Amino acid sequence: MSWLKKLTSGLSKTSAKVTSSLSSLLGRTSIDASSLEEVEDALILADLGTAVASRLAEKVRRHKFDGEVTAAALADALSDGITEILEPVAIPLQVESGNSPHVVLLVGVNGSGKTTTAGKLAQQWRQQGKSVMLAAGDTFRAAAIEQLKVWGERTGTEVIAGDQGGDAAALAYQALEAARATGTEVLIIDTAGRLQNRSELMDELAKIVRVVRKLDETAPHDSVIVLDGTVGQNALSQVSAFREVADVSGLIVTKLDGSAKGGIVIALAEQFGLPVHAVGVGEGADDLQPFEARDFANALAGVDETSS
Amino acid sequence: MFDNLKDKLQDVFSALGKRGALRESDVDAALREVRLALLDADVALPVVKTFIASVRDKAVGSDVLKSVRPDQQVIKIVNDALVEVLGTDPAPLNIQVSPPAVILMAGLQGSGKTTTAGKLALRLRTRERKKVMLASLDVTRPAAREQLRILGEQAEVGVLPEADRESPAQIAKRALQAAKLQGFDVLILDTAGRVTIDEGLMAELREVKALTNPHEVLLVADALTGQDAVTTATAFNEAVDITGIVLTRLDGDSRGGAALSMREITGCPIKLVGVGEKQDALEEFDPARLAGRILDMGDVVALVEKAAETIEQEEAERLAKRMAKGQFDMNDFLSQLRQLQKMGGLGGIMGMLPGLGKMQKQIAAAGIDDSMIRRQEAIILSMTKKERVSVGVLNASRRKRIAAGSGTSVQEVNRLVKQYQDMSRMMKKLGGKSGAAMMKALSGGGLPGGLGGLGGGMPGGMPGGMPGGMPGNMPMGGKGGLPGLPGGLPGLGGKPSGKKK
Repeated sequence: MSWLKKLTSGLSKTSAKVTSSLSSLLGRTSIDASSLEEVEDALILADLGTAVASRLAEKVRRHKFDGEVTAAALADALSDGITEILEPVAIPLQVESGNSPHVVLLVGVNGSGKTTTAGKLAQQWRQQGKSVMLAAGDTFRAAAIEQLKVWGERTGTEVIAGDQGGDAAALAYQALEAARATGTEVLIIDTAGRLQNRSELMDELAKIVRVVRKLDETAPHDSVIVLDGTVGQNALSQVSAFREVADVSGLIVTKLDGSAKGGIVIALAEQFGLPVHAVGVGEGADDLQPFEARDFANALAGVDETSS
Repeated sequence: MFDNLKDKLQDVFSALGKRGALRESDVDAALREVRLALLDADVALPVVKTFIASVRDKAVGSDVLKSVRPDQQVIKIVNDALVEVLGTDPAPLNIQVSPPAVILMAGLQGSGKTTTAGKLALRLRTRERKKVMLASLDVTRPAAREQLRILGEQAEVGVLPEADRESPAQIAKRALQAAKLQGFDVLILDTAGRVTIDEGLMAELREVKALTNPHEVLLVADALTGQDAVTTATAFNEAVDITGIVLTRLDGDSRGGAALSMREITGCPIKLVGVGEKQDALEEFDPARLAGRILDMGDVVALVEKAAETIEQEEAERLAKRMAKGQFDMNDFLSQLRQLQKMGGLGGIMGMLPGLGKMQKQIAAAGIDDSMIRRQEAIILSMTKKERVSVGVLNASRRKRIAAGSGTSVQEVNRLVKQYQDMSRMMKKLGGKSGAAMMKALSGGGLPGGLGGLGGGMPGGMPGGMPGGMPGNMPMGGKGGLPGLPGGLPGLGGKPSGKKK
């Protein structure tokens, strides 16, 4: 799997890979309290947060190791614990044919990768032979519209766009009308990045949702929050706020090809249980991959490195 | 912007405030909380560890253990350590050089480089009256160059015209030449976002740096960043020797621990912060002000008092209720003594009351000191449960046993019992008449009048014409001031409402 390779290679290059800091635990027959703290620290370094890290570490401590604790066994135990949390939320985005069109709304804070993700999603569905339309709903950031248009050209997707500074809700409405008129199967609406504590900007987002629902009560069928893989504990606040305003139904985590481990996904899964649809692992059109719980857990825990 | 971290630390310190005298174990408990608060604030683990260790070194020592208000001292130490990590002086941009001054912007994708480049251009043009040119070396992200051009136009600064099929290094060369020829004061080079583990892209950045010899290499970093802040900061610093950090999205509700992490890891100052979407929303970073915001240091004393107030208020109300019902027993007396200690003992309380300096000396001369409170505490602790509830059972042999058990003398036990009985009698009298009014007076905060009780129990009362109890009109502040308590009545808890001068 290419994304796993990218993710694993990314993780393997970082000095703080989860199990690499646990060498002092190897060769013991059980994990005591002091080494438990090491496991916990390693998980904290991966952005799992203190609460989740401590629960997972406790799980590892209670794990019955056969004989001595080896790096592989330790990584496996960690990976098992993580997989258990992530398995239920690893759900890919599905275009339902009953919707005409299936509306996907992309939301998130500035710079998380919404526009790039919109382009990659368009590419993915175009390759599946679906008709796709992009709506350039980021009318705020300079050249955001042009950026999406480039993605439209790359993927052979029509882009509905207005003027910079225009009303994003009106644009979304217009795009949905156009998609309906042309019988397009999927409409992807890009939106401007906004910090979740900026209520006036969140109101704008609520308006986009409201207006889209005037045409189709069931839309948006997927309201996806795009999260930067380097984000820390603030992601919890982001998901919580965007869920309230835009009925977020799932998430996509970007930039996992870097040194960030994206462990916040685990904390998010525990707290919200929202589906994790996909991960972004590069700037190319094909660098969006379905989220696989076991692969992610293995990469994070360093299973490959230690067992082979 | 750092409100959440501040709240966290305030929680920690409320807990401290409730503990009274700090022991080494208290410091550790407090620091465990500080550690969690910092981690939840996304301060990177290695930075947290260094920070906690340095605070612990300073906190666990004789100074803290001996001081009157150790909790305050720990707060001060935590605050000082925070200031130290954040840096102490504002760090202006190094652009007063023979033109053009070159500023190279670097960072991960989506950290806000292009937006910041635009903001910086506007700032330098309007505030420093510099002639600024923007040039985008980002040939990766679609429309990145167009974005910078639009921002440049909005800021009314020069923008290097785009040309096709140039490498970032070629653009950089052309930009430098153009800036020189056209007499620009400052050239801002925006670069493509890159992941630090992409060696090719990091090499490209090094090449651009070598070609342009920038006066400032600014790492643009997202304030929402988690633990990766350390890796990012380290990698960029190793590759291109950054000279400063610009922290973006500080107007969000993140706890912004990344600021602490990056500052500590790179040793580079945070020069500017992005605080909004508008083009002028770029501010100087003021570490001292920020540290002040984190800990609210000017208010440290009030902070601790407020924390103490909550619990003492509750306890005072509980005791007042019991007193009104005539249920005051030795357990209540003990609880009162302990509150007195919590407030820093006699010396601490005296120190808080304006104009009591003289009396402090008189009290010291009369041999009333904190050890007396501790001895009284020991006496009560040596009583059985039954004895504490019904003092009437205390016959001579029991008193002897208590004296031996507490390491005091029978005389001292007698004195305590008498003191208790005086108080108890007084309370019953009052409780019958105006219990409600008294309760109000007591819980409204006022002088911790256990003092009065002590005085009354002393042979000969307090020196200097203060027989049993404080005068009713002490300049105390607080709600309604000091209730005029009759001699020997222990005024209960409430916070020492007179601000320490």
